[in-house]
Amino acid sequence: MPIFFLLITLFTNAALSEESQIHLKEDLGKENIISQCSICHSADYITMHAKILDRSGWEKTVGKMINVMGAPINDCDKKIIIDYLVKNYGK
Amino acid sequence: MTKKPEQRKSNQPYEYTSLTKAYFMINRRNFILKSAGTLAGLSLWQKPSLATTNAIEEALILEPLKSKDGLIKKTYRPPNFETPISYFNTTFTPNKHFFVRYHHAIIPEINSDNWQLSIGGDAINKPLSLTLKQLQTDFKSVEIAALCLCSGNRRSLFNPPVSGVQWGSGAMGNALWRGVRLKDVLAATGIKQSALEVSFNGADSGMLRTTPDFMKSLPLEKVLDENTLIAFEMNGEPLPHWNGFPARLIVPGWTATYWIKHLTEINIQSRPVDNFWMKTAYRIPKEGFKSGQFISQETQLNMPITELVVNSLITNLMDGQSFSSNKAIEINGVAWDKGDGIQRVEISIDGGKTWELTTLQKNYGRFSWRQWRYNLKPTHTGEYRIMARATSISGITQPLEPVANPSGYHHNALQTISIQLI
Repeated sequence: MPIFFLLITLFTNAALSEESQIHLKEDLGKENIISQCSICHSADYITMHAKILDRSGWEKTVGKMINVMGAPINDCDKKIIIDYLVKNYGK
Repeated sequence: MTKKPEQRKSNQPYEYTSLTKAYFMINRRNFILKSAGTLAGLSLWQKPSLATTNAIEEALILEPLKSKDGLIKKTYRPPNFETPISYFNTTFTPNKHFFVRYHHAIIPEINSDNWQLSIGGDAINKPLSLTLKQLQTDFKSVEIAALCLCSGNRRSLFNPPVSGVQWGSGAMGNALWRGVRLKDVLAATGIKQSALEVSFNGADSGMLRTTPDFMKSLPLEKVLDENTLIAFEMNGEPLPHWNGFPARLIVPGWTATYWIKHLTEINIQSRPVDNFWMKTAYRIPKEGFKSGQFISQETQLNMPITELVVNSLITNLMDGQSFSSNKAIEINGVAWDKGDGIQRVEISIDGGKTWELTTLQKNYGRFSWRQWRYNLKPTHTGEYRIMARATSISGITQPLEPVANPSGYHHNALQTISIQLI
């Protein structure tokens, strides 16, 4: 896409004010989710999968975010994030 | 709308301020300190230059989907919103109730005066760039009624559940699309003998440069089909922003993953497109589904999802609803397939033991859904288990169970709705 095109267009997003009303469970790892996963997507992608993904499912999903979608998450944070998701939103 | 953007923090690089501000409201300082630091270091932001205009800052605090009304939120960002079934009782789904589906969170609001469609690729004779006006005036304009249906519609009905946006039955909509034939546009560029696939890219993109851009391809045969359009109008109005303004691809009979919104780039290619969205995502096993529509993308085991499967939906009843047994109940619904057309829709009021024909309504073309009606005359009180079953003109009938597949596509099993007559 040509750069001028970018400059004259607006950058829009879904309602950040409404998005802020999604509350993730308080637990170790929540801060990692907020600071890393939320760069690209709202937290309802997580709550939508509550009780659908087991540990292996969450591992696969977080792995996809890192390896396919390019999320800059290191191994240490990856483990914290997966543990949080399994404990709070696992099947 | 009334909130002013946060002031820039002097210790942050300007390029990141607008983007991080977007998350400030959600995530407060932790996000900024951690992510901005990390990302600034890694230079992973998709397009730092985006963040340099004030317009962007204003846009960031726009209300969500403000041109839409009454949709069911699945996810805010990227925005995924489905249409409540009650809006499917009209032939054409109103634009403001039409579902919204994105893979990426950066969705530029496009100024049509500046929009350009670039057509290139290694198998093109003459690369071309078109303005919206050129697209609208240089080619013959046509209109087609077609159902736009997300591959994952009804994913939430799979048992066991499947990962992905948990769509109900509302990730679809029927509309009248006006535009120009893709084959007419490509005739102006010329297509080399070596052409195999044509790829399509839209203006939306992921937040990070490392996220694979949502780009899809079609086999040449589908590209040259007279029904494949570049549309700029939907139901007599310019395309709504959230449905692809100013121009999108219309691929009648194929799932909406190919209906690229905010189309900016077309490439005629002599090789199969090799990206995540073609090679990994949107694929179905060969076992259980018909192959052969997109041979250049098939492997031994799987293939891209392509044609819609025969399906139907009861649109005016809700499970658990009660009615008086004194009078007839009109049951309404829609049925569709890949474009062969609907031969018949049957209805059962006893959970599938006996079936009767419904009355098909006006035919708006083979790619439109077909509305149908049935008049239920109650004979007893108590529970009625209502089921609808569509059969296409090619003789394919909806199955009792969906074909299981890893990504939860093509759910077309018979639906059962229980109502009580009192």
